[in-house]
Amino acid sequence: MTRAAERASPRFQLHCPMTEPPLRILIVDQNVTRASILEDGLREAGYTDVTVVRDMQNLMRRIVDADPDVICIDLENPNRDVLEQMFQVSRLVRRPVCMFVDKSDTASMEAAVDAGVGTYVVDGLKKERIKPLIEMTMSRFKAFDRLREELDRTKQQLEDRKLVDKAKGILMKERGLTEEQAYSLMRKAAMNENVRLGQIAQSIITASRLLK
Amino acid sequence: MSSSPLILGFVPLLDCATVVAAHELGFARAEGLELTLVRENSWANIRDRVIVGHFDAAHMLGPMAVASGLGISHMTVPMIAAMSLGLGGNAITVSKALWRDMAAHGATLGATAAVQGAALCNAIRARAARGLAPLTFAMVYPFSAHNYELRYWLAACGIDPDVDVRLTVIPPPFLVDALREGQVDGFCVGAPWSSLAVEAGVGTIVLPTTAIWRLSPEKVLGCRADWAQTHTAELAALIRATTRAAAWCDDANNHAELAKLLAEPRYVGVSADILQRTLAGTLRLSPESDATRVSDYLCFARHGANFPWKSHALWFYSQMVRWKQVEPSKERADIARSTFRPDIYRDAVRSLGIDVPLADAKIERTTEAITDAKGEVVFGAEGFFDGKVFDPENVDDYVGEAAQQLNET
Repeated sequence: MTRAAERASPRFQLHCPMTEPPLRILIVDQNVTRASILEDGLREAGYTDVTVVRDMQNLMRRIVDADPDVICIDLENPNRDVLEQMFQVSRLVRRPVCMFVDKSDTASMEAAVDAGVGTYVVDGLKKERIKPLIEMTMSRFKAFDRLREELDRTKQQLEDRKLVDKAKGILMKERGLTEEQAYSLMRKAAMNENVRLGQIAQSIITASRLLK
Repeated sequence: MSSSPLILGFVPLLDCATVVAAHELGFARAEGLELTLVRENSWANIRDRVIVGHFDAAHMLGPMAVASGLGISHMTVPMIAAMSLGLGGNAITVSKALWRDMAAHGATLGATAAVQGAALCNAIRARAARGLAPLTFAMVYPFSAHNYELRYWLAACGIDPDVDVRLTVIPPPFLVDALREGQVDGFCVGAPWSSLAVEAGVGTIVLPTTAIWRLSPEKVLGCRADWAQTHTAELAALIRATTRAAAWCDDANNHAELAKLLAEPRYVGVSADILQRTLAGTLRLSPESDATRVSDYLCFARHGANFPWKSHALWFYSQMVRWKQVEPSKERADIARSTFRPDIYRDAVRSLGIDVPLADAKIERTTEAITDAKGEVVFGAEGFFDGKVFDPENVDDYVGEAAQQLNET
C-alpha cells in the first residue's frame, strides 16, 4: 500500500486524529524475523505507520522517500555505521535513531538515555516500554539538533565578523573610506547580490590578496 | 587494584588480537586485572558504550577517539588513545570486473601504489568518456584510517574521492557479498576481510595500505579522558598487559595458537588458516595467484607499534580538515594532539624495560625504496608513497598543498 493510500485508510483515521499525525517509523534490518518482531511490537504499541527496509542498497534514497520521524535499528546490526555515514554526509536524512537490543542489561542501557547518546533498549520489546522510549529519542534528538544548529550559527557569525573587520580595513586603506562608509558599501553589495555580508568580505579579502 | 573486572569492547577484526591475547594468555591477570571482553558489531556502538561507561576502554579506530573530542561524530566527549594497538593491516580490494579494467590500463598484481593508482585513474576516465556511472568504493566508517588511506591514495593519483568516485560505508561482514553482487566496485578494510574476498573468488587485492603509507597508525586503546584520570593505576596495568600481549602476538612462533584463538566465533570467527596466513603477512592477491609476503603488513609490537604518536593524531586531524569533516582551528588541532597520550604510555611501560621514544611526535617521512640482496624491492623507511612529508607542526600548509594537488590534476 502506498503511503497516501495508507493514510486514507479507515484504520489510520481511527488511530490518529488529524490534529496529531502518527509517527512515521522506519525499521532498518536485514534479518526478517527480527524486523517483524520489532514491527509487531511497534504496531501493538499503537504505531501504525511503520516501514521496514531490508535492502541496504539505496538506503539513503529509502530514508528520503519514507521521510520517517524516527529510525529504529537493532543495536546488534552492523548497519548502524552505515547510518552514521549518511548522517555525516547529509543533514537531509539525519533522523533520531532508536536502537533496540534484546538484552537484560536495561539499567545500564537507560544510563545511555540520560547521557543523550541515543541508545535505547526495549527488553524483549515490551510494548509499554516502546512508546516512552521512542518519544524520548525524538525529544533528545530535537534538543541536540537545536543545540547543534545554534552552535553552527554562532560559529558562522563569529567567523563572518572576523572577515568583515578585515575586509573593512582593506577598503578603508585602499579607497580611503571611513569605517562606516566601508561597512555600508559592503552591506549594499551583499544586499544587491543577495549573499551574506561574510561572503562579500571574503571576496574582498581574496581579491586584495590576488591583486597584491 | 580494583576487584571488579574492566570491560573492554572490540570489533571482530584481526587487530583485536592484542586485547584478546591480554585476556586469554594471562597478561592481564599478571597485572592484577580481570578483563571482560564484549564483541560489538559496529563502531558507533563502541563509541556510545565507551561514552556511557558500559565499556571502560575499547579497541577503537584512532580517528574515532580524535573525532569524539572534537565533537564531530556525535557529541563532544574527550577521549584518549592510551596506546596504539598496531600499525597497518588494511588493504584495498576491487571486484573482478574492475580489476580487468585496471589491468587493461596497466595495473599488475603487486605493483606500487602509483602504478595501480594511475591505472585506476585511466580506467575511471575511460568510463566517464563512455558515460558510465562512477565507481563505488566502500570503507567501514567515516572517521577511520581506512577512509583516509583510500582517499589519500585516490587523490594522490588524480582521482577526486568526492567527485570521481562514490564513497560509501559498508560494515566488514557484508563487504564480500556487496562486491559479489556489484553493489560496490572496491573497498578499503582491515584484515582479514580482503583475504576473505579473494578466497571467495570475488575480489583482487590491489594494494595493502602499507604500500600507501608504510607503518601507518590504525586502532588504539581508547577510553574516556575522565575515566583515564580517575583510573590511573588500572589504565597503566592495562597498558602494560596489552603491550606484553602485543609482543606475544608479533612473535611468529605464537601465530598458530593466536589464529586458533581468534578463529573462535566469540572473537573474529573466520577460518584459522586464513587468519594465520594474514598474521604472517602472507596475502593471496587474487583468486588465481599464489600467496605473496607483504613485509610489515600488520605490526602488533615491532617498529614501536604501540607508541601513541601525537603526529599520528595530527595526521588524522589533517585528513578531517582536508576532507571537510571539520573546520581547521588552532584549538581543534590542540584537541587532536592531546587525544594521543605518549606521556601516559611512557609512564605505564617504564617498568617493562622496553625502548620507548623520548619525543612525542615525529615527522612522517617519505618511503625509501631499497633493493635487497635478492634484488627484491623492500621499503626501508616508513612514509607515504607519493614522497610527501607530514610535519605535525605544519598541518595548515600540509592540508593547503594537498588541496592544490587535486586542483592541478
